[in-house]
Amino acid sequence: MSMPFYVSPEQVMADKAEFARKGIARGKSIVALEHQGGVLMMAENATTLNKIGEIYDRLAYCGVGKFSEFDQLRKVGVRFADTTGYAYSREDVRGRSLANAFSQVIGDVFTQQIKPLELEIIVAEVGDDRYEDHKSNSLYRIKYDGFISDHPGFVAIGGNVEEVESVLKNDYRDGMPAGEAAQLGRRALSAGAERSSELDAGSLEVCLLDRQRTGRKFCRLSADEVQGMLDGS
Amino acid sequence: MPLQGNYQGSSFFELLQVDHPHLAPDLSVWGESAAALRPESVPHGTTVLTMKFGDGVLVAGDRLATAGHSVASRDVVKVFETDPWSVMAISGAAGPCIEMARVLSVELEHYEKLEGESLELEGKANKLSQMIRANLPAAMQGLAVVPLFAGFDTRRKTGRLWKFDITGGRYEEGEFDATGSGGLYARESLKHGWAADLSRDDAVKVAVAALTAAADEDRATGGVDLERGIYPIIKVCDQNGHSDATEQEIAACYRAILEARAAGGNL
Repeated sequence: MSMPFYVSPEQVMADKAEFARKGIARGKSIVALEHQGGVLMMAENATTLNKIGEIYDRLAYCGVGKFSEFDQLRKVGVRFADTTGYAYSREDVRGRSLANAFSQVIGDVFTQQIKPLELEIIVAEVGDDRYEDHKSNSLYRIKYDGFISDHPGFVAIGGNVEEVESVLKNDYRDGMPAGEAAQLGRRALSAGAERSSELDAGSLEVCLLDRQRTGRKFCRLSADEVQGMLDGS
Repeated sequence: MPLQGNYQGSSFFELLQVDHPHLAPDLSVWGESAAALRPESVPHGTTVLTMKFGDGVLVAGDRLATAGHSVASRDVVKVFETDPWSVMAISGAAGPCIEMARVLSVELEHYEKLEGESLELEGKANKLSQMIRANLPAAMQGLAVVPLFAGFDTRRKTGRLWKFDITGGRYEEGEFDATGSGGLYARESLKHGWAADLSRDDAVKVAVAALTAAADEDRATGGVDLERGIYPIIKVCDQNGHSDATEQEIAACYRAILEARAAGGNL
């Protein structure tokens, strides 16, 4: 009788992590940053396959890596949020519980399946001025192994994330106007894309969680609106 | 795995049925026990109406809910915005009706988020008709849901409206319609006041007149209650989306009717 090869758990995990990291690093970056009027999410993405999407009234989702995998996970999130909101109330759908649920799913796949999910995601939540204890925004980052962290101010995932983060770290300040946040986001993404010139509005996918809106806070900006925002109008 | 159910499609109604049957408003199970329910023990909504006008559609409903011969509620809401371009008005057994409006509004939002585009207005009306059909067993026992659905078709740039029967039959109307216990009287009034090119303000006047006529003839319809300050809900849906007629506006229309009546008019 032949014995299966013994592979240490450390080795299995390290191999899976290496595999997932490679897949994610091949893609382009996404940044999410807080500003005066809510949260801005920006991706380098000139295609019609969206990387940023709406989950619920105050929640948005960004994913990098393998499109089919992170888009499927987005749908799982929408189903989770809509079901929770229907069973309880719309105010009961919160970012932290959604981010934890995502972390659970991604972590389970990482430990139980042969192939881990090649993705990394952001869950962004905009604060609610009506409730004293829900006023602040939240940005959660969840990695391919289910590791979850929260990031006050800004967060970046995918591609050359170190370059992108270093620009954000240097120039981010609390309470920036939306236009300034958009310019900073573009500068950070351009640094990550290793380009000599800055990315133009047409190659950016930009979405907002706008505090001022009633009901659903999520909105997707057209190329013209993005240009307007970058020009500071 | 948590979160991941069996259902993979884009319909919230089906998601509930497949993965969360305890949450699904499966009204058919009410059918068997509904025989034991006396109609007077369940609140019923009364008169709602909808009409096209020059810029779009208007949907209006009074605020009274009755259980048999008693008032169940004086300020119930029967007109719901189901998404930024559509409105649903309910008449029939209030519980299942309100639940259906709630599911439809989540359904439309859910589809839009999953697919990245919202349904066409006709698609929304069709979805509603499937939900009414699912309610047929309960309807046979007296818990009927008979809504009106209207909205602004952003592609055709026009208002459109539909009425339904308890089997889920869906009929597009070109002018106006009204349903509920006072629906017949409201339709009679609309027949006289309605014109295809009404302005928004005139459409509100015609709607208040129709609800007043219904309240006059049908004891279960509330009309305008100036004493308590309870006004019908009137929603307009045009190329700018929704807007509500204000209480002052409705009160002014109603006072004009009362004055005309006091002066010997036939309103």
